[in-house]
Amino acid sequence: MSKYLLNKFLYTVDRDPALVERYREDPVATVADWEAEYAPRLLNCVAGEATTWLAFDDTERAALAAHDYPTLFELGAHPFLTLTLFIAMFERDHGEPLGFQREYAERLAHMTLPYPDIST
Amino acid sequence: MAELVAVIASTHHPFYYRASTATGPERPPFADEWVRKIEAFRATLTKARPDVLVMVGSDHFHQLWLDNMPQFLVGKAPFYDANFHNEEREFGLPKMLLKGHEELSAHVLRAGLDAGFDLAFSNELRIDHSITCPIITLRPEADLPIVPVYTNIFAPPLPQPKRFVQLGTALREIIESWPSDQRVAVIGTGHLSLELGGPRQFGPHGPDPDFDRRAVGWIAGGDIEECLAEVSLESLHAPGNATHGFMDFMLMMGVAGEGRKADYVDTLDLFHTMEAYFTWYPNGEPA
Repeated sequence: MSKYLLNKFLYTVDRDPALVERYREDPVATVADWEAEYAPRLLNCVAGEATTWLAFDDTERAALAAHDYPTLFELGAHPFLTLTLFIAMFERDHGEPLGFQREYAERLAHMTLPYPDIST
Repeated sequence: MAELVAVIASTHHPFYYRASTATGPERPPFADEWVRKIEAFRATLTKARPDVLVMVGSDHFHQLWLDNMPQFLVGKAPFYDANFHNEEREFGLPKMLLKGHEELSAHVLRAGLDAGFDLAFSNELRIDHSITCPIITLRPEADLPIVPVYTNIFAPPLPQPKRFVQLGTALREIIESWPSDQRVAVIGTGHLSLELGGPRQFGPHGPDPDFDRRAVGWIAGGDIEECLAEVSLESLHAPGNATHGFMDFMLMMGVAGEGRKADYVDTLDLFHTMEAYFTWYPNGEPA
């Protein structure tokens, strides 16, 4: 299990407008391709200095591939990263201001304190 | 020596820029009151006539990332580009370019290291809305050089609350020992109770109005000891999952000093979070 890698996915997809669109439209393929191509990239180093050991477990991969943000919350992904990326993908589908953000809160309504640990 | 002419603590709300500039049907109903309060708050900085601004904030996973995460970081650069793509996308924030004050940055780093704070530094720092929001609200001309100070309130493990207070106390001593005739203001932004990405987000009020009421009382009264007695890294989860940003308010209480009542206090009960604005004049209120 790698909360760090979940966060790395959310972080690197969020900052790449083309990847945001691709993840919105085709999450299964985007997650698979990201894990192969992007997951090993050490962000501040040249391509040859790749990390060799990072991988999602099946639960993490499935949650990302299903756009399942309640499960990402339960897995301890950083809530700010998840929220920011999912707003970028889905706020546009809601007519009312903050409509998506309120739906997001409702889908997490079963979560009670203490929330899952987000330490990495 | 340099003079500390104002200490300012504020929430940083990324929606202010869009709300305050919107017109017609796009303008939200709370915008006019919010603008009035911000303009009154802005006047408290303007009349202190600062020459340079030390800006305390927190990167929101923009430039700083989990592969190399500093707890406290000071920018030392001649300029700072500002705001990131996702802040433009979500909040409509503009791209900005702010001048830096390298001499004061160097002094803060040297004196801070010598005082026992192992400060990280950055010579190429792009700053985000934790610093640009107070520029937009308090100094929209963006004409003064800045020294950014970033704290980690975001990516646990975090420093303890008392460490934020201690850094604030040290920051004041460091500024007042700077051999310069410049007038310095310290502006820090954080949050009261706040939830982002959790079930209590974007409600009609902040997630914990009782915490907000007590927090405003601690800040306004300079009640550092009482605040430290009630606030811990563990307890800050209860008011909302992003409430650790309150520790930047605690840092600013450290700058202002134990028992030092704020000279200006205002709040605005906005949807989903309480806005709060505080100003101290360490050497008396300017005429």
